[in-house]
Amino acid sequence: MRVRRRPAPGIDCKPPSSGSRLVSIGSDASVSPGATGWTGQPFERREDAALLTGTGRFADDLGVRPGTLHAAFVRSPHAHARARAIDVSAALAVPGVRTVLTGEDIRRWAAPFVVGVKAPMEHWCLAVDKVRYAGEPVALVVAGNRYLAEDAADLVRVDYEPLPVAVEIAQAVAEGAALLHEAVGSNVVSDRSFVYGDPDRAFAAATHRVRLDVRYPRNSCTPIECFVAVAEHLAGGEGYDVLSNFMGPFSLQAVMALALKVPSSKLRLRSPRDSGGSFGVKQAIFPYVVALCLASRKAGAPVKWVEDRLEHLSAATSATGRASSVEAAVDAHGRILALDYDQIDDVGGYLRAPEPATFYRMHGCLTGAYDIPSLRVRNRVVVTNKTPAGLVRGFGGPQVYFALERVVHEIARRLQLDPLDVFRRNFIPRAAFPYRAAAGALIDSGDYHGALELAVRDGALEELRTRRAQARAQGRLYGIGFAAIVEPSISNMGYITTVLTPEARARAGAKNGAIATATVSIDLLGGVAVTVASVPQGQGHATVLSQVVADVFGLHPDDIAVNVELDTQKDAWSVASGNYSSRFAGAVAGTAHLAAMRLRHRVAAIAAAQLNCAPADVVFAGGKLHSRAAPDRALHFARVASGPHWAPALLPEGQVPGLRETAFWTPEQLAAPDAQDRINTSAAYGFAFDICALEIDRATGSVRIDRYVTAHDAGRLLNPALADGQIRGGFAQALGAALMEDFAYSTDGAFLSGTFADYLVPTAAEVPEPMILHIETPSPFTPLGAKGLGEGNSMSTPVCIANALADALGPEVAAEAIALPMTPSKILALIGMADPPPAKPPTAASAQAPKSGGRALAMSGAVELKAPPQAVFDVLLDPAALAAVIPGCHALSAIGEHRYSADVTLGIGPVRARYRAEVALSEIVAPRTLRLAGCGTGALGSAEGSGRVTLSPAGSGTRLEYEYEVSVGGKVAAVGGRMLEGAARIVLGQLFERLDRRALLGTDAAPAESAWKRWLHRLGITQ
Amino acid sequence: MKPAAFDYIRADSADEAVALLAEYGDDARVLAGGQSLMAVLNMRLAQPKALIDIHRASDLNRIEDDGALRVRAAATQAALMRYAGLEHKAPLLAQALPHLGHFQTRNRGTVCGSVAHADPSAELPLCLATLDGEVVLRSKRGRRSLKARMFFTGMLQTAREPDELIEEVRFPRLSTGERQGFVEVSMRHGDFAIVALAAVVSREAVRLGVGGVADRPTVAHWPRLEGAALDDALNQLAWELGAQDDHHASAVYRRHLVRTLGRQLISRLLREQDA
Repeated sequence: MRVRRRPAPGIDCKPPSSGSRLVSIGSDASVSPGATGWTGQPFERREDAALLTGTGRFADDLGVRPGTLHAAFVRSPHAHARARAIDVSAALAVPGVRTVLTGEDIRRWAAPFVVGVKAPMEHWCLAVDKVRYAGEPVALVVAGNRYLAEDAADLVRVDYEPLPVAVEIAQAVAEGAALLHEAVGSNVVSDRSFVYGDPDRAFAAATHRVRLDVRYPRNSCTPIECFVAVAEHLAGGEGYDVLSNFMGPFSLQAVMALALKVPSSKLRLRSPRDSGGSFGVKQAIFPYVVALCLASRKAGAPVKWVEDRLEHLSAATSATGRASSVEAAVDAHGRILALDYDQIDDVGGYLRAPEPATFYRMHGCLTGAYDIPSLRVRNRVVVTNKTPAGLVRGFGGPQVYFALERVVHEIARRLQLDPLDVFRRNFIPRAAFPYRAAAGALIDSGDYHGALELAVRDGALEELRTRRAQARAQGRLYGIGFAAIVEPSISNMGYITTVLTPEARARAGAKNGAIATATVSIDLLGGVAVTVASVPQGQGHATVLSQVVADVFGLHPDDIAVNVELDTQKDAWSVASGNYSSRFAGAVAGTAHLAAMRLRHRVAAIAAAQLNCAPADVVFAGGKLHSRAAPDRALHFARVASGPHWAPALLPEGQVPGLRETAFWTPEQLAAPDAQDRINTSAAYGFAFDICALEIDRATGSVRIDRYVTAHDAGRLLNPALADGQIRGGFAQALGAALMEDFAYSTDGAFLSGTFADYLVPTAAEVPEPMILHIETPSPFTPLGAKGLGEGNSMSTPVCIANALADALGPEVAAEAIALPMTPSKILALIGMADPPPAKPPTAASAQAPKSGGRALAMSGAVELKAPPQAVFDVLLDPAALAAVIPGCHALSAIGEHRYSADVTLGIGPVRARYRAEVALSEIVAPRTLRLAGCGTGALGSAEGSGRVTLSPAGSGTRLEYEYEVSVGGKVAAVGGRMLEGAARIVLGQLFERLDRRALLGTDAAPAESAWKRWLHRLGITQ
Repeated sequence: MKPAAFDYIRADSADEAVALLAEYGDDARVLAGGQSLMAVLNMRLAQPKALIDIHRASDLNRIEDDGALRVRAAATQAALMRYAGLEHKAPLLAQALPHLGHFQTRNRGTVCGSVAHADPSAELPLCLATLDGEVVLRSKRGRRSLKARMFFTGMLQTAREPDELIEEVRFPRLSTGERQGFVEVSMRHGDFAIVALAAVVSREAVRLGVGGVADRPTVAHWPRLEGAALDDALNQLAWELGAQDDHHASAVYRRHLVRTLGRQLISRLLREQDA
């Protein structure tokens, strides 16, 4: 075991000297190969020179063939609606528009995507009958440039019939819920139960049962670069060629080919060298790739699409939301005897591949870092009217550990134990590895106790506990939290079949393994080149590969050329290829090592003939080869290695020309689920132990992280500087998940987080520097002993912060009240805020605060009009007068009794939203009351509202009382959430002002300036 | 996220800008730093026929001091922030400006642009209202000057007529014996405020401006209040603002911040003044 410790600049702490080895990490050009070579050294990233000089090669920078057209999607403003008809004629009439792809084309040319469970659900690349989430693509406009495409997209008319929604899990599973996929007959599209060991006995024998209901919200990791794809339909039945920033898993290549109804060999996927980040989310580009292929087919030209931020936030993907009930059976000493999980996943409108993998990626290791023999699990997958869920850094881990580690915190609290003792009593013992967990994970290696003790010692926990005691003595809110997590890496391609019953699995055929590929070759002048199917997203794969391969050949990393672009028609790849499940260090770098070793054996055989020694005695060092016995007589590597190209006839017997080796490697431990549903979900399992100390500001509820310690064991570290970079990035994103990030939906399913002013991601100003510690217990199962570590903090940090907050808030706050994201407003609500009533009633403006829990906007109030009730009522019933009263009404025509169609432009400040609206009057009791209802759609989305108006005489005028509900969907809701309430007030104010003015036209009184100032004042329009 | 087509017209002087506004009126939008407008255009929430770009108009690119700080239409927030002696002339601005976005947005964003946009959570409208500043509007019809409380008429709504250019805003300078203070709570550094408070305390009176709660910056004028009287006044103000729930913060939380931070801010300024 090696121990590394890094001091954490910027954090006010002085860890005691530990005697552990300090490794200096940074841009030190003098880094030299250590005793074990380049691998393991903090070698500077070779990717950065291009990135820092603006010469990166990102998908959008690569240029396209002349004649390439550009796409814009038409998206649903509704969360749930039937798309009855679509009219593209106005869009096609825009000069520069080539074509519009709609659901009709999709039905003709494509097939629905294959779904991971047996249920009659169809998911197509464009909506074909219904829309099931706000932002779902319904059509795609192809034009000469993106501006024109967006002009035309605004002109596509879709006739929607809005349907009742099921937005939240509880709503979706309730009796009589609106059904998203009617043929399934339920929104629960998968329901599986599992039993391992003997949980019944464990619970019966338990001294304590500790149970917690928790929720994990919907959030994401928002890369700087959104989706990009250029798709071309090739002439002559050659299929499709796609350049995109799709990142894998390449099992989805098969899903795309099946949807396109082409042989998979004729769907060529290419990846650019550089990426602006993915964190899993670029998996979700695949339905768009299919749509763009079909658009190219229809347009007869290549089609390019660059997703914008609004599209990305609203409709790309999301981490799966989860509602969990977890219960632990605990003995008197705090030993956990069994766990019982009841989990419901909110996957959004469609079960998009690889869902329901959020559940099953973690299935084998649901018992976490603990030696718990018995386990009961129920997993239900629920569809809701939200964006489909998918891969987001940590995939499945944040959801599981938020439940499990909150329960462990609760066990310590209820049994009045030191949380550290609960960990120590339950951790898988050092000697037990490889350890078979109850649900089947074969946890390869680890030293959980050692990592905990390192974090406690180097993180100076005692000092933090002293600070907490001092702070509490002063009445301040200071808390310390912990989290221990097992971080799986290198996913078993068979784990997803755990969702099927053993019988269904047997029928479907076995799936298992996690094949990684790498190719190493030597060229005419002895240059070494490496290609891999790892599709890096900024992690520095090229740097690490050059270190690993340089060591094999005794070369310098700068001597190794690495090409990480992928071309599925030319490169070696397989089902597990791609950049996910932290598989690079353990699988891909190891496979590159294996390929390089094969090539080295061949070079050694050639050199042995020249050096007069056995191949095994050839030493590769310093760019030269020599016999172990005669180090002085050395040959240049390049000369020996280039020989076979120039003089193949001189090759020793048994050697073939061509120095190129491709290795395919799969971890043999990754079997398919067994008949008892045990599944080794991943090849390697790292570990992280975190400590968070924080303080809550009593006045504002804001959180200051005093110190964050994160101790990792990811096996052998191939490049510690890159490892720390991964940890910092994961920590920053997890901090966002803990304190800020949440995809918000209104109760009617409108999406409310369409900008970075609404979806809050922490910036450098909000992220403290964590103290990063490492221990290294190599994996016995990966070629280099390495494991993944990029996702650990996504799993550990949200719950560690939550535990620290629970500790700070104290036992008076219910454990279940700790719900992510913990915003200052929520935290202060838990502390309790005195909200004394006002001494005198506030003016009307503040009396109109919205009712909570209803539709998106619901308000009520009253205004006094100068005109008498009959005059006001007459205006409402007279179409011509009504047209003059509705703000921004350009034209109004009757389409039935008391039903009108209207063209309305609503304006607030610089914003102008034009709606085609229908207005209807009902429940008419003249001249006292009526209901005014309207709905409209336009390029900025949809709006629907209904309100009751009641008139009563007040002096010579009228008292008009109103209550209304409005729901707003689409772009206006997504980007203007902060303003909607105020906007509704303004429009209402305009309506009443015009109503009174119009009503007064028939009477003697004219509205005095002061009078309507007064109404506006009551509405809160002025003060 | 590409804007609809528009004509781009560069005005190199205030005269030119005013002439163009007379011609286009409501069909045009003035482009200064573009920090709010460009986002609105890109999302097609606004589709003006023309943009009148004033950011190179040399006669609009100044900050002057004639007893008030006169910030011309094209002067950036960064220019105001580094204006010599700002912390003595208008300490409220010096304290508020670091909260306003980020240095990148302050380098482009203008003071008058923020006032023109009238976002209820923005810092500069709050400062202007609390300092009882003025907005100078100019059109071909002439010039007029409006007090901030008359200028801000609602959320994103102002008294500017379509043919008027905000030629400058005027921030009164700190008076002798006056203390000014600013405090803001936002989710992240540089975000729009959940609650922002600006206060001016003189020997006789207290002014407290609140941003982020009502539909526009709202200023309370009180005599020097302390103790329970201050608490009562703050509580009444907190309710009068008509706070609303949104997905970042509750109405209760906003009222709470108005009370607690208002009390902290005013008490601190009173103490400083007495010292």
